[in-house]
Amino acid sequence: MPAPFSWIRPEPHGIHVVPADCWIDPSRPVDKALVTHGHADHARGGHGETVATPATLAIMELRYRTGAEDEAGEVPHRAVPVEYGETIRLPGGVDATYVPAGHVLGSAQILLEHAGERVVVTGDYKRRPDPTCPPFEVQPCDIFITEATFGLPVFCHPPIEDEMAKLLDRLAAYPERCVLVGAYALGKAQRVIAELRRAGHDAPIYLHGAMEKMCRLYEEHGVELGELRLVSDHTKDQMRGAIVVCPPSALNDRWSRRLPDPVTAMASGWMRVRQRARQRNVELPLVISDHADWSELTRTIDEVDAQETWITHGREDALLRWCQLHQRRARALAMVGREDEDD
Amino acid sequence: MKHFAALIDALVYTRSRNEKLRLIAEYLRATPDPDRGWALAALSDGLDFPAVKSSTIRNLMKERVEPVLWTLSRDFVGDTAETASLLWPAPDHPPSPPSVGEAVGLLSGMTRKSVQAELPELLDRLDASGRYALLKLATGGMRIGVSGRLAKTAFAQAFDVPVEEVEEYWHGLDAPYPELFAWAAEGEPPPDIDNLPAFRPFMLAHPLEETVVDLADYAAEWKWDGIRVQLVRAGEETRVYSRSGDDISATFPELLDVLPFPAVLDGELLVRGAHQGGEEGGAASFNALQQRLGRKTVSRKMLADYPAFVRLYDVLLLEGEDLRELPWTARRARLEALIERLPESHFDLSRVVEARDFAHLAEIREGARDDAIEGLMLKRRDSAYVAGRRTGLWYKWKRDPLLVDCVLMYAQRGSGKRSSFYSDYTFGCWDGDPDSGADLLPVGKAYSGFTDEELKKLDRHVRSNTVDRFGPVRETDKSLVFEVAFDSVHASKRHKSGLAMRFPRIHRIRWDKPPHEADRIEALRALIRD
Ligand SMILES: [Zn+2]
Ligand SMILES: [Zn+2]
Repeated sequence: MPAPFSWIRPEPHGIHVVPADCWIDPSRPVDKALVTHGHADHARGGHGETVATPATLAIMELRYRTGAEDEAGEVPHRAVPVEYGETIRLPGGVDATYVPAGHVLGSAQILLEHAGERVVVTGDYKRRPDPTCPPFEVQPCDIFITEATFGLPVFCHPPIEDEMAKLLDRLAAYPERCVLVGAYALGKAQRVIAELRRAGHDAPIYLHGAMEKMCRLYEEHGVELGELRLVSDHTKDQMRGAIVVCPPSALNDRWSRRLPDPVTAMASGWMRVRQRARQRNVELPLVISDHADWSELTRTIDEVDAQETWITHGREDALLRWCQLHQRRARALAMVGREDEDD
Repeated sequence: MKHFAALIDALVYTRSRNEKLRLIAEYLRATPDPDRGWALAALSDGLDFPAVKSSTIRNLMKERVEPVLWTLSRDFVGDTAETASLLWPAPDHPPSPPSVGEAVGLLSGMTRKSVQAELPELLDRLDASGRYALLKLATGGMRIGVSGRLAKTAFAQAFDVPVEEVEEYWHGLDAPYPELFAWAAEGEPPPDIDNLPAFRPFMLAHPLEETVVDLADYAAEWKWDGIRVQLVRAGEETRVYSRSGDDISATFPELLDVLPFPAVLDGELLVRGAHQGGEEGGAASFNALQQRLGRKTVSRKMLADYPAFVRLYDVLLLEGEDLRELPWTARRARLEALIERLPESHFDLSRVVEARDFAHLAEIREGARDDAIEGLMLKRRDSAYVAGRRTGLWYKWKRDPLLVDCVLMYAQRGSGKRSSFYSDYTFGCWDGDPDSGADLLPVGKAYSGFTDEELKKLDRHVRSNTVDRFGPVRETDKSLVFEVAFDSVHASKRHKSGLAMRFPRIHRIRWDKPPHEADRIEALRALIRD
């Protein structure tokens, strides 16, 4: 009988499911990839076959033409959709089930079962409600492979209602200006817009051109975002008193000169730390994250109650220490190509 | 405390000076006494609570947060007060938050002993922003980009009063400044400071840079390498103020009973010695003066070994008469007359430097390095004594810095924004001929003088040329040369090299220069002027 868990192997460029010879979130092209969600540090183009949720596949088609036909009518990068809760049988007797991760549209944890052993790969996740995706589901398992983006006890994401109130207060205080919100183009932007709508803000929201397609994709997947307009189609005067959403990289870019004296805001978990906000010249930090904060990470580790916790990316030192203090076996995986999402 | 914390947060995130002024002014108008006065004192670094130190906070936290998690958090956040404010285990039902006035009262009542029990009670009453504001206020140094000057300007804007008058009254009064608010906000008569030994704002100089002035319009004086002070006598009391308006009387008790008449004098505080001004009753180098700075009490031996005196530049007020409106020439005449009435033991006059023309003056300045003088001052002959830095009236013309080529030896991580970079550098010079086996001895440390781009390159250099590690410090393979600029160099027993540089900073990174061509210690030693 093989050693326990020898069928699952962390490698620098992804997690290898050995009997099925497939990879989870590989950072380089492989024959067969299981992808947790559409963020660029997890989803790459060029795989022979990609297994993911329909929404994740739609995002990957938009970004990498995954599943799309080429000029010859062939599909060079095949897409295999799996619904939440659906189990697929992989070669070598491995079952893979896609479970909601609550991170962004289409995001999933992947539960792998083989020879009576259960392994959960979370990808990225959060435990807070999000109007753009179904909530995280706890899956008890033997090995829990978790992210640790906000794995320091200083990270405690406040209720999103508080952050929305801050944003709307500032908007009301400067009717002659606009509030420019830097938000990650996949997930964060749409969540912020959806939360603004939930908070009763029904005025048009203006978008940087780079956000448009992803917002449309969200709408096609049933996430209502209200009236959206493109900055490029409007004048300074039309945008006074409005909310404008752009990718973080555009915040201090020349692009923003076309806006009416913007108040610079950014929606990110990093905004919890003043120096981080100041580095980006942010005037209105909004602590909004699509990742688990410290208490969510530690609570989840407790709830899944695995024999071992493996930490993929983020601030693994502190989470390892926590595991040690709580008598939980843990190890950090050295993964390449996983950067802090601007999140 | 809630509004004060919101103000501090808003100031942290505001870059625009005008917006900062507006935020502070709005707060000052909307907040009642004495809170607004305490807030103003906190913003201008006018509060001191000796029982609360950064180490106090660290100790409190180590009892509450596991030490490894604390250290990882502190390293990431880059600021002890902020880390503590984020990690403080808040009670489920916090008692009502204190006002700024109440918080200040409680903080000043704390002793080294009671602080460990009393500070937590105060922190329990606040949210994360409130804890940050409180800890910043308690430990001093808000470092939120608000200078004393900005706070005063905001005060002037809030109540539409002239900022010069605010400056003038401010220093005669103590926080929370009820008289100041009564005058500015309620239209009461201004505070009476004529009979108080109050600080009057200094007149300051611009760097000369490329400007050339006509010596018919400007007089030249030496700029002495001591500390600029204002000596004030009023109502039978003498006080010594530093340039920022801090009362440093206790540090220089020998100056408190030597001014026999009411006056406000501007001058350079120096320590007796043979190295500055030579035969004119010389002063020792800044190094000697350093022995006297920052002491709250002064021993008899200190007074005897390093006697202080004031080299006078100007007179602002004299026996009830305000001379500040007079031209410099007239004030200078009054100064030259009054020096006769002052004891030689504690006063002399800063000499006017005579030169035929500007080029001649430049020549005199070149020669000034040997006299360990900081440079020259150029003062417009017809100008009044104007508070602050007004263009075209006074110029400072510093001598050029000294330069030496050193070799990078050790690097340490910076803090805050730089915590992920090796940004603090220790460099050395050769103790002999490097080609016949000489060693490098550390001669100084610098963490400035390079651009962000250069910092990235330096960081990469350190990481890829590390030969050893000691905690946060990396030893490099000593392959990189820095051209280091500094103002002067002094003998020092504390350093293995036997010398200490003043204001070293990296002037150029000599990626091109082989390390064995860096300077030797002797070259540096030859520049010592103690
Ligand atoms: Zn992600
Ligand atoms: Zn990620």
